[in-house]
Amino acid sequence: MALKIVDRCVNCHACQMVCPTGSIRKGKNDAHFLINQDTCTECVGSYDEPQCSSICPIECAIEFSDGSPVNPFGSLTGLPLDKAPLV
Amino acid sequence: MLELKVLGDHSETEVPQGGCSSGSCGSTDDQLSHLSESVRQRVFNHPCYSEQAHHHFARMHVAVAPACNIQCNYCNRKYDCANESRPGVVSELLTPKQAVKKTMAVAANIPQMTVLGIAGPGDPLANPNKTFSTFRMLTEQAPDIKLCVSTNGLALPDYADELTKHNIDHVTITINCVDPEIGAKIYPWVFWNNKRVRGVEGAKILIDRQQEGLEKLVERDILVKVNSVMLPGINDKHLAEVSRVVKSKGAFLHNVMPLIAEPEHGTYFGLMEQRGPTPKELQELQDECSGDMNMMRHCRQCRADAVGLLGEDRGAEFTMEKIEAMEIDYEAAMVKRKKVHDAINAELAKATTQSQSVNADHAIPAETRPVLMAIASQGGGLVNQHFGHAKEFLVYEASPEGVRFISHRKTDLYCTGGDTCGDGDSLLGGIIKALEGCEAVLCSKIGYEPWETLESAGIMPNGEHAMEKIEDAVWAVYVEMYQNGKLTDNQTQMTA
Ligand code: SF4
Ligand code: SF4
Ligand code: SF4
Repeated sequence: MALKIVDRCVNCHACQMVCPTGSIRKGKNDAHFLINQDTCTECVGSYDEPQCSSICPIECAIEFSDGSPVNPFGSLTGLPLDKAPLV
Repeated sequence: MLELKVLGDHSETEVPQGGCSSGSCGSTDDQLSHLSESVRQRVFNHPCYSEQAHHHFARMHVAVAPACNIQCNYCNRKYDCANESRPGVVSELLTPKQAVKKTMAVAANIPQMTVLGIAGPGDPLANPNKTFSTFRMLTEQAPDIKLCVSTNGLALPDYADELTKHNIDHVTITINCVDPEIGAKIYPWVFWNNKRVRGVEGAKILIDRQQEGLEKLVERDILVKVNSVMLPGINDKHLAEVSRVVKSKGAFLHNVMPLIAEPEHGTYFGLMEQRGPTPKELQELQDECSGDMNMMRHCRQCRADAVGLLGEDRGAEFTMEKIEAMEIDYEAAMVKRKKVHDAINAELAKATTQSQSVNADHAIPAETRPVLMAIASQGGGLVNQHFGHAKEFLVYEASPEGVRFISHRKTDLYCTGGDTCGDGDSLLGGIIKALEGCEAVLCSKIGYEPWETLESAGIMPNGEHAMEKIEDAVWAVYVEMYQNGKLTDNQTQMTA
């Protein structure tokens, strides 16, 4: 059970600062941030919501283990779908 | 404790006095004159608070705090925090150690640099460890540098005490509203108590925290400037109320900035084509609010990592790579810096005395209408830039009461090179749009072609006052216009 950061991440550091298990680190070189799949608890037992995806400002940057976005397009900005940036 | 005599032992007389009854000393008069002497002493050499100081002292920003705890609809985190800086330019993210080294390298090489700010991308107080370790090191190692910080305010009440421990005497809070219903249109969510809180509820938390933070800072004798982003149709009618509220709580300046939003920035407002205010709308709001509170009109929404004096950016000389190779003897640098600062102070004091007499010998009837003029200047308070090289113009108002600084108009902001600038020569079209309401433009030189275009747009180009002090030049042109009968027709203010 772990969340995953994908390459829409803009390396803003916010998730790293709030993770209760210290599971988030910067990727090597200029790659995006990464979640340690072995230590991430999805915040179960610590908080009601996974902290990383609750502070992440970028839609579709963090995914559930099944690959679906925790914050789908439009869910944070309220932008209509036709304004979706090309993924 | 906060009364930092950064520039050493300047006496009372060296401090430019704001109370020029003639109104001829530009920004000093309309921004600083209402301040108490102690506040004035703290800000007169701060390039962000005084137009005069802006010509002589420099500031720099470092980006050490990338994370943010809220979302603003004018921000896209890939760019700098729009709270303080123009979006669209990515800052180089530095570690606190690198930021300290860079700051000291710049201070040693550009002695006019008096202020270091931590701004976007991100909110400094959402990254407290990085922000405060930078401040701690600088307070110890470079005590002659003032520190400033800008914040969205959400975390501010928690750090009010910590903020008193460093060389910080001004904090900027961006407050766009005091009404949560309006707030919900600006802030889609905040991260609060380990949850993402959306809409009106989130906006209310942010507003309450901002106000609480403002009160706490004022209690601790830290100067608070409030920035607001003017969003036509959203908070434009509300900002006079914001001005009233923050003033009543003790904020010493309120600075209304225009929204800058382009679709290519990828922000919500950019993509939704929310427009920014026209220069005229901005000025009207600033005038409306200034009845209520003295506004800071010369804010340029500096690039967060810009280095150098007004209008220049020497950032390329201070890349991390070059800095690593520099040897800095800061003890020696401080001695040199003090000399330069003392000389500038003397110069500023002299300039203030001189400009007080600008309109003493000319009697222009009190009912004569005021005129706006645009100035191309590279700094130093002089008309000293070629029209074609100006990326921004300083707008001054001449009236029977004298000459006062009104605002900056950036030309590149109004010209996107596309069809927004109208037909024909789009760059010049953009400049003309930016200069809306001005009747003359003063520069050191101007080409024949732009001369004609400006003239036919009702803006009189004037290259006769090259290298003169701006106030003197503006006054001379105003007197000339009066003598030529241009101010006596019953035509009121030109709005062309
Ligand atoms: S879900 Fe929780 S534990 Fe997992 S990475 Fe995100 S913040 Fe850390
Ligand atoms: S909060 Fe989101 S965008 Fe920021 S570093 Fe984490 S995953 Fe990337
Ligand atoms: S506070 Fe600054 S960094 Fe945070 S969302 Fe607003 S503009 Fe962006």
